[in-house]
Amino acid sequence: MNSSRRLFLAGAAGVTLLPFAAEAISEGLAAAIREVTGGAELRTGKVTLDIPPLVENGNTVPMTVIVESPMTPDDYVKAVHVFNEKNPQPQVFSAWLSPGNGKAAVGTRIKLADTQKVVAVAETSTGEFWAVSAEVIVTIAACVEDII
Amino acid sequence: MANVLVNAPKTAKKGDTVEIKALIMHPMETGFRPGANGRIIPRNIVEEFSATWNGREVFRMKMSPAIAANPFVSFFTAATESGTIVLRWSGDEGFVAEHRIAITVT
Repeated sequence: MNSSRRLFLAGAAGVTLLPFAAEAISEGLAAAIREVTGGAELRTGKVTLDIPPLVENGNTVPMTVIVESPMTPDDYVKAVHVFNEKNPQPQVFSAWLSPGNGKAAVGTRIKLADTQKVVAVAETSTGEFWAVSAEVIVTIAACVEDII
Repeated sequence: MANVLVNAPKTAKKGDTVEIKALIMHPMETGFRPGANGRIIPRNIVEEFSATWNGREVFRMKMSPAIAANPFVSFFTAATESGTIVLRWSGDEGFVAEHRIAITVT
């Protein structure tokens, strides 16, 4: 039997299960995230980042952040922050919500300068931070050529 | 006044969650790109977007240069009462734009 192959597959499957904090992220990105979380623990789950895994043109990349939340006055999503790894600045946007939104979902279109990681962080009214990251492969980078 | 494209329902049932989509024409110049003369083109972006329902703020967003040109935003809000939703954009070089939508809640 090919035991090394099995071990490899088991290991590869395990990677996706690692908690968010254990993932390798660049220092600039980590610092930007710390600025909004104040060093609080980032938990994995609840947040869905809907972004294409492969984009042809980094000038406009559609993305939606959806957070699982009852959106009641006791437990709602206060803010959604999105970060990137390799653009000149790590911040993408911050959006503030209230229980009156009914559904915690924010959509927009962003620029990506390179193949990189995009991180979405949701801040709940209970003081918890939930995060998710997605890898996006970009074939034509933003900010290089003029927008036609 | 900048060109604005908004998609929102005209009527809604009380308590329903409605989606509002808004797009505004704006170059969103990052301030990191050199122009034809080799000099950096100064930053010119929309920094803030907010939505108020009859004067009550329902959504606010702070944008960065990483938002694509002609910024598009979609969000949800619960329909509470008939009235006006005011969408407001503001940014560099004194950019301000406002768009009003009338919504009837039954």
